[in-house]
Amino acid sequence: MANIRLESVSKRYPDKVAVDNVSFEVPNGSFFALLGPSGCGKTTILRLIAGLERPDAGEIALGARPVAGRGGFVGPEHRGLGMVFQSYALWPHMTVAANIDFGLAGRGLSRADRRRRVHEALDLVGLSAEGARRPHQLSGGQRQRVALARSLAVRPEIILLDEPLANLDAHLRQTMLAEFGRIHAQAKTTFVFVTHDQNEAMALADQVAVMDRGRLQQLAPPEELFARPASPMVARFVGQGRLLAGDVLASGEGTTRFRLDNAEFQVEGRAPVGPGWLCLRARDVQLAKGGGSGERLNGRVVGSRFEGGDHRLTVQVGETGAVGSVDVLSPQRGTIGEAVCLALRGGWVLAREAA
Amino acid sequence: MADLSVPRVSPTGRQRVSRGDEPLFVAFLALVVLVLAVWPLGRLFVEALGTGEGGKSFGLMSEALSSRAFERAFWNTLETSSASVVVSVLLGLPLALAISLFRIGNRVALTFLVLSPLLIPSQIMALAWIELMGSSSPLLGLLGFAQAQGETNPLYSRGGIVWLMGIEHMPLVFLAVRACLTTLPEDLIEAARIGGAGMFRIVTGVLLPLAVPAVVAGASLAFAASVGNFGVPALLGIPGRYPMLTTLIYQRLNGFGPAVIGQVAVLALVLVSMAGVALGLRAIVLRRSAPIDRSGRPLAPFEAGRFHRPLVFALWSVVTLLSVVPLLALLGAALSPAVGVRLGLDSVTLAGFRSTLIDSATVRRAFANSILLSAGAAVATAGIAVLLAYFGTVRRLMVARRVAWFAELPFIVPGTVLALAYILVFLPPLPLIGVSIYGSATILLLAYVARFLALAIGPVQTALASLDPSLDEMGRILGARTFRRIARLIAPLAAPASAAGAILVFMTAFNELTVSALLWSSGVETIGVMVFSLQYEGNSTAAAALSVASIGFVLVLALLVDRLGNRLPSGTLPWRH
Repeated sequence: MANIRLESVSKRYPDKVAVDNVSFEVPNGSFFALLGPSGCGKTTILRLIAGLERPDAGEIALGARPVAGRGGFVGPEHRGLGMVFQSYALWPHMTVAANIDFGLAGRGLSRADRRRRVHEALDLVGLSAEGARRPHQLSGGQRQRVALARSLAVRPEIILLDEPLANLDAHLRQTMLAEFGRIHAQAKTTFVFVTHDQNEAMALADQVAVMDRGRLQQLAPPEELFARPASPMVARFVGQGRLLAGDVLASGEGTTRFRLDNAEFQVEGRAPVGPGWLCLRARDVQLAKGGGSGERLNGRVVGSRFEGGDHRLTVQVGETGAVGSVDVLSPQRGTIGEAVCLALRGGWVLAREAA
Repeated sequence: MADLSVPRVSPTGRQRVSRGDEPLFVAFLALVVLVLAVWPLGRLFVEALGTGEGGKSFGLMSEALSSRAFERAFWNTLETSSASVVVSVLLGLPLALAISLFRIGNRVALTFLVLSPLLIPSQIMALAWIELMGSSSPLLGLLGFAQAQGETNPLYSRGGIVWLMGIEHMPLVFLAVRACLTTLPEDLIEAARIGGAGMFRIVTGVLLPLAVPAVVAGASLAFAASVGNFGVPALLGIPGRYPMLTTLIYQRLNGFGPAVIGQVAVLALVLVSMAGVALGLRAIVLRRSAPIDRSGRPLAPFEAGRFHRPLVFALWSVVTLLSVVPLLALLGAALSPAVGVRLGLDSVTLAGFRSTLIDSATVRRAFANSILLSAGAAVATAGIAVLLAYFGTVRRLMVARRVAWFAELPFIVPGTVLALAYILVFLPPLPLIGVSIYGSATILLLAYVARFLALAIGPVQTALASLDPSLDEMGRILGARTFRRIARLIAPLAAPASAAGAILVFMTAFNELTVSALLWSSGVETIGVMVFSLQYEGNSTAAAALSVASIGFVLVLALLVDRLGNRLPSGTLPWRH
């Protein structure tokens, strides 16, 4: 049974369409990421699921229960969710324990039960000793955990997280990433998680929905998103893919014959015969020795930087630059203007709309 | 570690499709504002536009407007208000320029003194100046400048009214200009300096032109306030036989009773129109003025160099003369043994204080009444303000914003107009219960709440506008209903601002005269009314003693709210920037 279902959901603001006819399902218990550049509508989707915004069209259901759409609208008070805001939204005038206890009132729990729940939630995020402190006395990472504990304490079936790591420094982000994974496994709750950082999404999620300008571009597990992007936007956004313009000569069975510059290749992909993009990442190409013909690409080094232990050369393919450029790893620093020859080890072909 | 997967808590509340309980709250607020503001004011205007004795449409209006008394009061009001605006600008603009542009010590204290006419009600201000300029003036007496006994006080004249209303409303110009200057970006000045401009050219060529819209806006506010001022014309104009519209309304109503309410309603409409024209002008100027990008680093004060000492001396002299010396004269009058006796070191006595504050049962009752009424108004306005600001600013409900707009109307119209509207609506017995609240404390309380709601809304709105909306949204997600969110989340977070608003309301209502003068009745005297009637009876020592006591009380409160200052969002307290 699907835990969250969106069907043809749209949300318009006076100046723009934030969410444009989006449909997807989030399976029960999954760790689901909404990924996209800023302004792509991912946070609006999260707020639509929470009930903080009303859709202009389409339907939203949580489990079997419709919460927005033709049947009316269920406010966030009645949706029984948890949420972690980017700003954490901890109430500064309450202690950590009171913050967590707030959601437990009015649910028919005894005082002892509530105290036990608060304690368990603090335990789960590793903050058992901090219950009596005020939010401003905690570090950023600790506040993050309190925000999560506050939602965990009410034991919702779904917890929504809005850019939860954006306000943390790089080191802490790694730690919290691992923590989220552990807590998700332990709490057996569906996590829906908004981020603009593909590494966060790839590291944690079992399903990733990539958004761009209000539209859903692709919904797939991370591996597939990386290996078989559905659109040029996904190819560029995920894994720093570079796109080279060429032509599909023949197509079938998940593989294509692709012409680029003046060479031809057999590359994986699903695209009809006609103009096409070849999506290449640094790991898909390597420097080859010898002159270029057949399954080789000729190019010229236009940039070189040292990154992650390797030199990363940016190579412009072809003479004019109309084809595009690609990154390749090299043991030596590149010289600008140097002619190089590249061999293909992988890649993915997408249809291209003729200019 | 606990397994958090089972048992789960079902979502709170019934599983229903709901709009929530917000419409109920907003409907309640709308009803409150309807009863307190819209209904009385609306009723007054309908009355004014009604038929007179002749039965012609707008008959009442043409009857009232053709009378000689009206004509005289109208031109007097227009004349003195315009002239007093000139005084306000001539005082407020240089003070604002000097305090904003130059590095001066004790800036907060200086600003507080400049703004003190806002805290001191106009009838007490008038009283203080009467004592200062009068024949028994303790200060002029010391200098040998005092008038001869028996001569009329020079303030009982058009000039006196102009001068006092000018001082009273100077802070409005000062605040407008200062707010404009302190948010001007530094780079405008730096660009002028790099262009080779000296101090003089920067002020006259850059700063003053940029401040013109603020000056006009402040002057318009001062004009609207002057038109509606009652305290100054009541204390100076009535004995000086110089009628203005507010005092004409008061005297007509006092002389002939509610029978003439239709006629005075027309006068009220004229008052509102005059103030409305000024406020409309202000809105146009503010909208038309060229937008300034205020995102840059704000203007840093200059060093005055060799002019520093003369500047500081001049500033403190002016401020002392305007704000401190009259109060000293008032204190002197309060300490003098009898009316008309010149104060000397040997004749200082607390007898005036004793007989006024302790021996008079009426004054004690007025103190109690004013404290209770102001405290009641402060609590009620703070509560309504939190609700209105929450639904308008945090929940962004359009309806709530409209309601908040209407809630500010009773503060914008002259107090005399509001009081008239209240007499009109609340003099007849209320429907359902069949009792009239006219002549009871209730009508004063309701009028105070209506009049000063705007003062409480301001700080709370500022505070809630800067609040992270997710603090409230998180409460919703965790299942908290509107009431619980307001009680547990919003009210505590807005507490410093609503306390500041409540104290502002208390301070203003405590000495209130304009509204009280028309709505008080025997048994529910207020401080403002007592000061006025003591002075009217000729007992100026008692009036001065009561004024000093009530101002002292208000100043202590001002210090109290100032202590709250560092916990408030900037801009909440006018004298802190």
